[in-house]
Amino acid sequence: MSIFQFFRRKPTANVARERLQILLAHERSTFGKSDLVARLQEEILAVIRRHLDIDPDKVQIKLDRGDQVSTLEIDVEVPLTPAERVA
Amino acid sequence: MAKVVVVTSGKGGVGKTTSTAAIGAALAQTGAKVVVVDFDVGLRNLDLVMGAERRVVFDLINVIQGDARLHQALIRDKRLENLSILPASQTRDKDALTTDGVAKVIAELREKFDWVLCDSPAGIERGPAMAMHHADIAIVVTNPEVSSVRDSDRIIGLLDSKTERAQRGERVEKHLLLTRYDPARAARGDMLKVEDVLEILSIPLLGIIPESQEVLKASNVGVPVTLNNPETAPARAYQDAVRRLLGEKLEIVIPQERRSFVDRLFGRRVA
Repeated sequence: MSIFQFFRRKPTANVARERLQILLAHERSTFGKSDLVARLQEEILAVIRRHLDIDPDKVQIKLDRGDQVSTLEIDVEVPLTPAERVA
Repeated sequence: MAKVVVVTSGKGGVGKTTSTAAIGAALAQTGAKVVVVDFDVGLRNLDLVMGAERRVVFDLINVIQGDARLHQALIRDKRLENLSILPASQTRDKDALTTDGVAKVIAELREKFDWVLCDSPAGIERGPAMAMHHADIAIVVTNPEVSSVRDSDRIIGLLDSKTERAQRGERVEKHLLLTRYDPARAARGDMLKVEDVLEILSIPLLGIIPESQEVLKASNVGVPVTLNNPETAPARAYQDAVRRLLGEKLEIVIPQERRSFVDRLFGRRVA
């Protein structure tokens, strides 16, 4: 470790406190409300399925919980319709 | 062929989750495809120790109940691409861990990975029973302390009777991992010695992890201790344990903390 890093280093306890604050804020808000993300995903996919025939194996869902905002990323592989495939 | 390993202990707080994360990461560093699975339904923590807590979408129970596919629930480690974590559910009941459901998930994990590490909850009820059921190998995490040794003995009994292997008349390969060991206190006679624990439990020793501040520092920042600072004593002890798990014959030594120049200058003690 360089002397530079030594002085700039953030105590690990601070990192621990911040991680816990973010995590617990999310857990307390969703507790009891049965998996918000699972419901969201279900409904979003239901809407897509109304228009397209999608393979459940070709769906990737990623989440990143932040202290200000969280991002929910849904990656759906949309198959070409037969007409498009010919063209 | 994939190996299923359960990290278990009976007693809580002895270092199962820390050890699962550290061993999982060290195994992945050898290039193997590794998944760590949290079986502690309702009190998951492996995600937090691995630093993946913000990215949990689905969990083991979702996969068992068919609400998600396995690949959707697996979280790829940000540091090692061949290391994945399968989190436990925080909200569901542990009765959702059905025997058939767990069997199916484990079978699927065996196809995708070289090593499946199951982090068992404490106790001897359904959660621990499910975590150990499919194990080929068990790592029994024990502290040099009377209640921990007694509970480990109980768990060894269950490994020999309740697991799938035991029921087929085969044996689960068992290894002892002695954690939070303080050689100085053992030398003074204030702590059970390695030989004492080995004699009582009579299973082979996989490694001795010395008591160290580095373990807490690593969990603070959400990085397995073997990745956070690979040069520290506990990290080297876990690396040695992994080499033994892979079949190497290594002499058992208790790694000591290497004191830095600054520490030596100020006569700082190594914990």
